[in-house]
Amino acid sequence: MATLAYDVPKRELTIAEAQRYAASADRRTRIFNRCCMGVLIAFALLWLVPLAWAVDTALKPNGETTNPTWAIDNPTLASFRTLLAEGDIVNWYAASFITSAVVAVGTVFTASLAAYALSRLRFRFRWLAFWFILIGIMIPSQVLIVPRFRELGSVNLLNTYWAVILPQIPIAIAVFVFKQFFDGIPKDLDEAARIDGAGFFRTYRQIVLPLARPAVSAVAIFSFVWTWNDLLWPLLALSNPKIMTIPVGLATVQGTYGIRYADTMASAILGALPLVLVFLLFQRRIVEGIAGTGLKG
Amino acid sequence: MTSVVAARRETRPSGHGRPALLFLAPFLVLYLLFIVGPAIYGLVMSFFDTSMVSTGLGEFAGLSNYAEALSSSDFWAALWHTLWFTILTTPPLIVLALVFALLAERASKARWFFRLAFFLPYILPSAVVALIWIWMYTPALGLLSRTMTALGFSEPNWLGDPDLAMVSLALTTVWWTLGFNFVLYLAGLQEIPRDLYEASAIDGAGPWQQIRRITLPLLSRTTSLVVVLQVIASMKVFDQMYIMTQGGPNFATRSLLQYVFDVGFTDFRTGYAAAASTLFFLVVLAVSTAWLVMTRRQEPEL
Repeated sequence: MATLAYDVPKRELTIAEAQRYAASADRRTRIFNRCCMGVLIAFALLWLVPLAWAVDTALKPNGETTNPTWAIDNPTLASFRTLLAEGDIVNWYAASFITSAVVAVGTVFTASLAAYALSRLRFRFRWLAFWFILIGIMIPSQVLIVPRFRELGSVNLLNTYWAVILPQIPIAIAVFVFKQFFDGIPKDLDEAARIDGAGFFRTYRQIVLPLARPAVSAVAIFSFVWTWNDLLWPLLALSNPKIMTIPVGLATVQGTYGIRYADTMASAILGALPLVLVFLLFQRRIVEGIAGTGLKG
Repeated sequence: MTSVVAARRETRPSGHGRPALLFLAPFLVLYLLFIVGPAIYGLVMSFFDTSMVSTGLGEFAGLSNYAEALSSSDFWAALWHTLWFTILTTPPLIVLALVFALLAERASKARWFFRLAFFLPYILPSAVVALIWIWMYTPALGLLSRTMTALGFSEPNWLGDPDLAMVSLALTTVWWTLGFNFVLYLAGLQEIPRDLYEASAIDGAGPWQQIRRITLPLLSRTTSLVVVLQVIASMKVFDQMYIMTQGGPNFATRSLLQYVFDVGFTDFRTGYAAAASTLFFLVVLAVSTAWLVMTRRQEPEL
């Protein structure tokens, strides 16, 4: 038996005594909670330091970044202006937006259709299709870079947006996220629609998919963010700076800016900005998506 | 009504074959072309002397690519670096995430702020994180270098010292990805029924006892999930090394994936790179299988 924090007499407590113990436990808990808050706030602030430092540096002129202070003598947006004027980063934004948006739409569309078949339709090879797609979860995409590179090279798709888009659409786990969600929607609903004469596609589009909004937004947000952040594959597939995605562009930039620390930090902030917006807009959806599915990039 | 439909299904087990095919086709075509196809192609290639500079598979090589990889000190070094990185990142990423989640659970206010502070870095591209931390680690000028000097320590050569570089990369990674585990733990904590705490408080249990006897045991499923996801993610490390140290200094931080990258796309030895990829896949597979077996044993009812 655990030793208790304070002595409780070994007899029946009177109500007054019980209340006193509860109150003292309450007070201890309150003090404990306040200490917890303090520690946590300290760590949270510590966690924000690198980001604050990046912003601080980016707002200095390049020459001032060697000053060992947080204070900015001559705050300026010059670095941001230089980067936007040089133009490459605008191309990278375009590449990242186009590829991520197309992948997000493509993944939602193809994975939800497949999941509908697995969840609602009866056909002979259902279990085979199920296991066949399940295998995909076990294959890390990093293992496939070498053969994919030759495959896409042989059809001359390298250095096009397609090289980034097409391989990222078939995400096996997205099918199971949808299937799980569809399985939870009562079948009576779409069977009623079927009896009223609706085809499978109409049932899918007008009944099942609208009810699966949380799954749609989780899969869309995650595939968008994954594609936006992916480095390894786009690094191989895109060597033309005009169509590089943001991570690839930034990874190559790091050498070229040299000691222009303010410019480097400004490029990092510009690269992060769209995702920070996505995060602020969809914070709850993202957090719930992770909690509900354990999706990890 | 349901039973009528079910009865009809039983008499025609393959009734929805054609629509099923149409529904599955868009996904399956891309899946075959870009996941299953390359997986098989890569496996085949690993038995040939395929080269990036020529077309076709090249000469049949049998198991020689595998034999070469398994006797290559570079391959083993890369595997060790990957394991070392996993060992350095996994414990802090789990313990800190758990502690922060336990603390945040007790915060009645400002939860959004903690979620923001810890989770925001996770959503940033690796390249952004790398650029910020390269600047933090810059000798003499970076924030961390200055802080160490200000505290009276000699300034470590964060990314340039072969013994320290991996620790620096691990530190960056802990900062970057902790938010994911933090969120998983927060979700796990929500599942624990409140009345357990209330009942134990009335029985006189203090906060420490509650954490030890109620919270941690009831979080064991979450912990098991967090651990396996974390180990697999750490095994796949590539971005941080590629951008921050290029696998250096003196290859001291070259990960397994970067080894594949180097032999495949710098040495152009595609067949050999495919064999190294397959070995990498087997390592990851072994980790996830071990996890499955272990969780099955813990929870026989699953």
